[in-house]
Amino acid sequence: MTPTRKRKLYVIVILLSLAAVAIGLTLYALRANINLFFSPVQIAQGEAPMERSIRAGGMVKPGSVSRDAESLNVAFTVTDYVDDLHVEYQGILPDLFREGQGVVVVGELQGDGHFRADKVLARHDENYMPPEVAQALEDAGYSPADFQAKADEVGPRRENRDDT
Amino acid sequence: MWGLIHKLGSPKWFYQLSATLQPWCWGAAALLLLTGTLWGLVFAPADYQQGNSFRIIYVHVPAAFLAQSVFVFMAGAGLIHLVWKIKMADMAAAAMAPLGAAMTFVALFSGAVWGVPTWGTWWIWDARLTSMLILLFLYIGVIALRGAFARRDSGARAASVLAMVGVINIPIIKYSVDWWYTLHQPASFTLTSRPAMPVSMWLPLLIMVAGFYCFFIALTLMRTRSEILRREAHTQWVQTLVKESR
Repeated sequence: MTPTRKRKLYVIVILLSLAAVAIGLTLYALRANINLFFSPVQIAQGEAPMERSIRAGGMVKPGSVSRDAESLNVAFTVTDYVDDLHVEYQGILPDLFREGQGVVVVGELQGDGHFRADKVLARHDENYMPPEVAQALEDAGYSPADFQAKADEVGPRRENRDDT
Repeated sequence: MWGLIHKLGSPKWFYQLSATLQPWCWGAAALLLLTGTLWGLVFAPADYQQGNSFRIIYVHVPAAFLAQSVFVFMAGAGLIHLVWKIKMADMAAAAMAPLGAAMTFVALFSGAVWGVPTWGTWWIWDARLTSMLILLFLYIGVIALRGAFARRDSGARAASVLAMVGVINIPIIKYSVDWWYTLHQPASFTLTSRPAMPVSMWLPLLIMVAGFYCFFIALTLMRTRSEILRREAHTQWVQTLVKESR
């Protein structure tokens, strides 16, 4: 490499590292704001502002969903397995909403600690599988958390059984 | 090895090589995309939670892969152009930029369409979606910067610098789902562990990814060839080529 090219390469590398450091520091300073939602622990510790539109997220606690028979009112608990957040919502829930599912709720934290949601968004995890495999796993008594670990094991076994 | 690199830097040689490579890339792209689309949309199983809307993955993931890798290729070509002054690298970078922008748009659009039935919203300002939108703006910036100078060489240099600085966004996109709480789920594919889906689902996806890459390579070769003809129009060999084709 000629000295000019070498010098050019050094200048570029230094410029890029400086840009990377600047962006890294910016993101580090903004780290709390880049998070899409507050977790129930953060809300319990008082990190979230009251009566201002915020987002909270976690798992819908199994057995906590109660629907009003006469209206679209629904109440459920969002948990991160450490703290719980009681959520009240009026409206249509997304298809993926179910107990044990991750959700993000948009709304305001009320003075008495419960959360009034204007919007409920469903999260889903990175695991995909055919319905038959999911059903087989559930029948076998595995929880959704172990689904993927077992999916590869149960899938071929089911196929073998279908063949015979 | 060095000989090959020097040859690749020669527009004439690249023009001849790409002529032989191009039909193979188009053939592979057509075959893989056709197989992958049919397999993914018809024969692959539906998801246990999302049903058939899961099939958007067969367009969304390949487009998102390509959107990010094209930017890295473009930045790499920019570095080669800036340091070693190889004009072939700049022609390739110029040819790639609009393709990368298009792929980013496809990834964002298919993601929005997928978000409506699964999440309940088509857009949310979470870290993954926002950093991907920034990637689209970076692509547009690189394309615009290239055209903003009266002298082609100045535009090429400015575009190369922006591409290299913008490449910092790529790891941010990749790790955004791990560093922050996002609505977007973490990656289903990692280099270290098994895919988070059975073979019947990821094999057609792999075929689609390969098909998208072949399609991109074929289109880049085509666009680079026309870029070579445009920039080298004054040279002897291009003029002979034009005369022969008449």
